[in-house]
Amino acid sequence: MAGSPARILIIGAGPAGLRAAEMLAEAGCSPILIDEAPRVGGQIYRQPPRVPGFTRTASELYGAAADRARDLFVTFDRIRQRIDYRPSSLVYDLIDNRAIVASEGKSEEIAFDAMILATGAMDRIIPAPGWTLPGVYTLGAAQIALKHQGCAIGKRIAFVGGGPLLLLAAHQYAKAGAVPAAIVLPSRFESLAAAGLRLLPMPRELSSGLLWLLDLKRRGVPVLFGHRLVKVKGAESVTGIIAERAGRQRVIACDAVALGYGLRSETQLADLAGIRFVFDAERRQWLPETDPLGRAAGRKDIYLAGDGAGILGADAAEARGRLAAHALMTDLGIAHERYRPKPDKTAVACAERLQAAMRAAFDPPADLVTAIPDETILCRCERILAGELRALAGLLGAREVNRAKSFSRIGMGRCQGRLCGHAAAEILAGKLGISLDSVGRLRGQPPIKPVIVSTVAERKA
Amino acid sequence: MTARIALKSDVLIVGAGIAGCATALQLARRGKLVTLIERDQAGIRASGVNFGGVRQNGRDLRELPIAMRARAMWDELPGLIGFDGEFRATGNLRLASDEERVAQLDRFFTAATEQGLGLVRLDRAELKARYPWLSDRPIRGVLCPSDGHANPRLVGPAFAFAAQEAGATLIEHTEILEGWYANGAFHLRAADNRTFAAPMLVNCAGAWAGKIAGWFDEPVTLAPEIPQVQVTEPLPYRIEPVLGVMGGDFYLRQTFRGNILFGSGQGRATPDALRSRPLPETMRRGAEIAIAFIPHLAHVPIIRAWTGVDGDTSDGVCVLGPSETHPGLFHAFGFNGHGFLLGPAVGAVIAELILGGKTSTDIAGLGIGRFRPARKASAAPARGQHPDEERDASPEQNGAQNADRGSIGMERNEQAAGAHQRAEHGQDR
Ligand SMILES: Cc1cc2nc3c(=O)[nH]c(=O)nc-3n(C[C@H](O)[C@H](O)[C@H](O)COP(=O)(O)OP(=O)(O)OC[C@H]3O[C@@H](n4cnc5c(N)ncnc54)[C@H](O)[C@@H]3O)c2cc1C
Ligand SMILES: Cc1cc2nc3c(=O)[nH]c(=O)nc-3n(C[C@H](O)[C@H](O)[C@H](O)COP(=O)(O)OP(=O)(O)OC[C@H]3O[C@@H](n4cnc5c(N)ncnc54)[C@H](O)[C@@H]3O)c2cc1C
Repeated sequence: MAGSPARILIIGAGPAGLRAAEMLAEAGCSPILIDEAPRVGGQIYRQPPRVPGFTRTASELYGAAADRARDLFVTFDRIRQRIDYRPSSLVYDLIDNRAIVASEGKSEEIAFDAMILATGAMDRIIPAPGWTLPGVYTLGAAQIALKHQGCAIGKRIAFVGGGPLLLLAAHQYAKAGAVPAAIVLPSRFESLAAAGLRLLPMPRELSSGLLWLLDLKRRGVPVLFGHRLVKVKGAESVTGIIAERAGRQRVIACDAVALGYGLRSETQLADLAGIRFVFDAERRQWLPETDPLGRAAGRKDIYLAGDGAGILGADAAEARGRLAAHALMTDLGIAHERYRPKPDKTAVACAERLQAAMRAAFDPPADLVTAIPDETILCRCERILAGELRALAGLLGAREVNRAKSFSRIGMGRCQGRLCGHAAAEILAGKLGISLDSVGRLRGQPPIKPVIVSTVAERKA
Repeated sequence: MTARIALKSDVLIVGAGIAGCATALQLARRGKLVTLIERDQAGIRASGVNFGGVRQNGRDLRELPIAMRARAMWDELPGLIGFDGEFRATGNLRLASDEERVAQLDRFFTAATEQGLGLVRLDRAELKARYPWLSDRPIRGVLCPSDGHANPRLVGPAFAFAAQEAGATLIEHTEILEGWYANGAFHLRAADNRTFAAPMLVNCAGAWAGKIAGWFDEPVTLAPEIPQVQVTEPLPYRIEPVLGVMGGDFYLRQTFRGNILFGSGQGRATPDALRSRPLPETMRRGAEIAIAFIPHLAHVPIIRAWTGVDGDTSDGVCVLGPSETHPGLFHAFGFNGHGFLLGPAVGAVIAELILGGKTSTDIAGLGIGRFRPARKASAAPARGQHPDEERDASPEQNGAQNADRGSIGMERNEQAAGAHQRAEHGQDR
């Protein structure tokens, strides 16, 4: 008999998790594939709900990436019967070799011999005055609304932030009929152009980026490089934004804002699992440490794949999913002859170069975060102002983020600092004049996302 | 530099939790040169992560005198530490849901009332009328209106702050590894090899204090007490009193912001007790009990859980008072998961003992001598009510649980002695 009796768990059914599942299924294992979402695809290939009469084609949904999406879904259909797929299931705690999963209003404990964490990414947010007004969405949420529900967050939307996703999402909205009010990027045109040059060896990426930009220009969308978001205007909800460049302010009328400055890895489960973290100075984030194949440092039975282990994008996520599955099977002595890791390793290396160029192009200037005005709400769950955190900096040893959290409540709300944590750390470090890594990182706590009391109480039979 | 200052001190205190900081404050206010040494940061351990209950209700009667003194001091926090600690006297309501617990609660009611604690006894109908959100489960309640809750994240550090303002020296990130008495002084050696010496020493090392007592020939075995607390999203403010369920190991309160905190059972800690984390089974059990007592809680999202580590003595009551082996040494530890309330008074009592050799508070039942090996068999009095960590366990289960939880930083033979003590204690119940 092929395969292995080992119980293998994959968390996340995005490109990384799906490719890992495919490898394992082909080798005769039947992994358990868990995802919080009701359908596979992850963030990039998120699918609309299965509702009669609500169908949109892959090219409508995923544009240039439609082929890859289709291929992934076909793969999933092929392995579907050979794996144990659990949609709409949230892993909210991880302890030893047990994953605690909420689904259908009940909790279940799933033991594993080996696990692949493919939890993906979320938006990086830099708060600005007014960012908590109704009508302001994270860029990811704006895109999900479009891909998943097929609705727009507004009629005239300002896209503010950075990263290729900003241009892509704006382009997707425009194509869907909601022409953006403006694109506002703190990065300067020159850094974008310089990054473009670095992308010459990657014509596909370069041309798709250019295509989105040109398409937006063609539709008459103002693209404001080198502009900072000064504030989001509005009393009850968004009525406009003020952007500024070199002291000159510009008011843009809009009824919604999509805000996102690139992506950050989702690492709470890795943290709970006790994996060692290292500070990635380039990405300015603490990340779980892995070897090149995804073996987690400090846990022999856990592997990481995809954007959850550092942002490298969707294509690399597929490669990393296979690499992690390969490492796992090698370690467990599961035979799988046909796979050659070389091309995937090359794809990952290529994505590293692409991401480095993207960071050079889009990374906001360091003082964008540290200069947030005192009256800005920093932690939206607990409504803590940037100034409150600054006032605490240094007080009786609040030189570390968890200490600052304890004094100020920052990161104590429902998102546990996933949204504001990085800005808080930057502000703390900036105020104290010390490096970002020396203020530490917020520790993850179960449940990593809110779970209602009855779901915790009720055990799945 | 610091070492020289430290050498000049009158009193060394190990541990900057609420006990150590309150002691430092009282002594510094009275002109003593105090050096407070802390492995991590002031108030970051049990004192900074606890449930925030300020509770006399249901205390073991041996702790009631100091608990009542402590409670009075919570009203005086603004004068003491410059801020009220967010303390509010919203009451503490202890609930019983079976006849055995009702009898226990009634006994406490009678005895504590005699000692002057103001309590209100409520039957099922009165409970329902006052607290319509309660289920039919509880059949008796005892309300202590003067109890309430405060913000632990700020109180400990505020005591540390005030102590420093009063002149105490706080040395953080310094772990004491060794201590001895020689030439009329207590000596301490830190991990970085600095040494400190002074004629007086106070052991306020929390869950780790048993080992320090051992350096001075009076070891006490502490089992780790690892309470686990969950917090929900904010809801409209409805639940005034802090709740505690007799024998059910459950407690709950609502903050003024609206979050509901509930605790039950134990999390898990590393053997050195330096790291702890919540357990999913404990969270589940807590959720079950929460729904059983307040059915509407079923629909509320839990957003976070946490734990911390305190030290359990074998008889459920703290160690407070002078050493029996070394004059000049004082102990304040083993708070069994309910030392937050006591903190301010611990400082006052230890300061009185150091400055005047006696205290106005009855601490007769709290001496370290009750753990001296020779007197072990007869000295441990029956365990009274200290319901925050009371477990519904048979003696066997209790022993197994304790064996499982081990003890903190103890040699094997001490551990065996501790297990022996607990086994005896198990038979007491
Ligand atoms: C909102 C959003 C939109 C994006 N859109 C694009 C795009 O259009 N184009 C592009 O190139 N890149 C996009 N990205 C970048 C994207 O991260 C990667 O391109 C790609 O999706 C990474 O694949 P992955 O498999 O690593 O992670 P993901 O695709 O993010 O998949 C992770 C999966 O894990 C699941 N998961 C996470 N935590 C848990 C848990 N605790 N329990 C259960 N399930 C869990 C999630 O539901 C998700 O389905 C987007 C990112 C985000 C955040
Ligand atoms: C989750 C939880 C909930 C609780 N709920 C309540 C409640 O509702 N009400 C209540 O009254 N009590 C409660 N308690 C108990 C209460 O928090 C403790 O009893 C109290 O804080 C003990 O104070 P402490 O100063 O003795 O200990 P700690 O705050 O633990 O301080 C001891 C200090 O000593 C330091 N230390 C130890 N060894 C050394 C060494 N060798 N060198 C240097 N420093 C050292 C430690 O780092 C620590 O900071 C709870 C406890 C926990 C963990």
